[in-house]
Amino acid sequence: MSKYSTQEMVLNMGPHHPSTHGVLRFILQTDGEMMVKATPDIGFLHRGIEKIAERVTWQGFMPYTDRIDYVASVNCNLGYAVAVERLAGVAVPEKAEYLRVIAAELSRIASHFIGFGALLLDLGAVTPFVHALRERETFNDLIEMLCGARLTHNYVRIGGVAQDLPPGFAEKCRAFVDHLEYEFVEEFNELISFNTILINRLANVGVISAETANDYTLTGPNLRASGVAFDLRKDESYSIYDRFDFDIPVGRGKYGTLGDSYDRYFIRIEEVVQSCRIIRQALDRLPQDGEIRTKLPKLFTVPAGEIYVRTECPRGELGFYVISDGKKNPFRIKIRTGSFSSMTIIEHISQGVMVADLVAIIGSLDVVAPEIDR
Amino acid sequence: MAQEKLQNLISAKLGASVRSMEAMKNNDLMVVLDLKDFIASLGTLKNDPALGFSTLMNHLGVDYGDRMAVIYNLYSQVHRAKITVRVFLDRKQPEIPSLERAFPGIGWYERETFDLLGIRFTGHSNMKRLLLPEDWEGYPLRKDYVYPTSYNGIETAREDLLDCGLSNAECGVSETIEHITTLNPKSAIRNPK
Repeated sequence: MSKYSTQEMVLNMGPHHPSTHGVLRFILQTDGEMMVKATPDIGFLHRGIEKIAERVTWQGFMPYTDRIDYVASVNCNLGYAVAVERLAGVAVPEKAEYLRVIAAELSRIASHFIGFGALLLDLGAVTPFVHALRERETFNDLIEMLCGARLTHNYVRIGGVAQDLPPGFAEKCRAFVDHLEYEFVEEFNELISFNTILINRLANVGVISAETANDYTLTGPNLRASGVAFDLRKDESYSIYDRFDFDIPVGRGKYGTLGDSYDRYFIRIEEVVQSCRIIRQALDRLPQDGEIRTKLPKLFTVPAGEIYVRTECPRGELGFYVISDGKKNPFRIKIRTGSFSSMTIIEHISQGVMVADLVAIIGSLDVVAPEIDR
Repeated sequence: MAQEKLQNLISAKLGASVRSMEAMKNNDLMVVLDLKDFIASLGTLKNDPALGFSTLMNHLGVDYGDRMAVIYNLYSQVHRAKITVRVFLDRKQPEIPSLERAFPGIGWYERETFDLLGIRFTGHSNMKRLLLPEDWEGYPLRKDYVYPTSYNGIETAREDLLDCGLSNAECGVSETIEHITTLNPKSAIRNPK
């Protein structure tokens, strides 16, 4: 037996490994093809956003929230705006709420395209990634019409939004969501989601039970993939999400165990359809006239106090703990992100999996590095 | 009201270890706990079936200037309510027991708090810096943090980065600097040599 004894080997993965979604580093302890442990090493993208917040004004922090998660920046804008508005008691005009929901849900769709697109790319399927990015290009055009930027959108303002809908946006947007819901998703599923090779790569890999997910503070699609129907848009409604009719997709263990990588992959596709439904309803009910922003004083201050507000970001719960001391800049802002908690669980669930499966696990949890490091 | 009921329930279950309680905005309840029975109180909040605060949403540390605090945001599926637990710490030697046993996912949160605020969590399995390099000096989110001028010999001030030993004309930057200084005469960038 000793003739075939194996030895543990320490391997370095990243920070520039293509499958690590930004600059992440893993220190892998492997025994042959089996993983003993994968220890994440983070901090390569730490920009000190929380420290910056203490040095800029309340409104001046808004562009920095884009950089928390640059794949879904409108959702981050929205989370910060909601937190400050609730602490300061700022009212938001009706029309601005609808515009926020439209932009945020478009952003969620685009983020999920990157999420599952990059997972498929990591697994070696280049074609579906290009298909997903092709659709994301339409989103980029739409959001460019709306706010002029294609990546860091900075669309939401405290008390409203930056711009009204430009002419022709509603029609283009409606055509886009119709195309997604009725054509693209079906085509994409036929192309890859029900592909046997993909199912074999993802099913029963990296199974997370509902209890483990709760222990490791997992949120968002990753938690719902474990069978927990908890969505902040419904359970702790913010903005005007309580007015829309949509479902919460949960993992079902379709091809394997409940809470495996396939569930985490497929739930994102199902969420795209739900976001399309929300956008269509918002476009239908969007008021034609009205203010898009509450007028705030030039020197905007927030009354002293503390608040914790969490919103549903594409990568899980985005929480802002905001402390104000009544001055013109925040006293302390803590940003709690979905990717941060998704990263903590990787060390736990990567024990005893194949090295190649680690890539599937990281991809299916949909982590992005800037959100972890902030 | 639901929150008053919860307030009474918490004070009945935790007794004297609750220092104060107040309603926060956003349907939240702030519970200030005593450091002495902290672990036992958190255990009650988490494991008591009547309370059921078993989901950790968020953890952070704060430097209030005169004292420090750690804050835990907990959520209960039983009450569908969230509470904010705050424990004040001595600023000279901020130390608190780690909650890793109760909430396995808190490990990195506590490391981040240690990294940025220097609050030490006793009993933590890996109390090392998380985001900053291991050899970083000081704790940036403290209110008395002094900004370093250099890190491992690398200057952090921008004007020095432009100084490469050559004259600006040789480097070809003089035109750019001239342009910037006409736009903003008070610009921090030095005038060309």
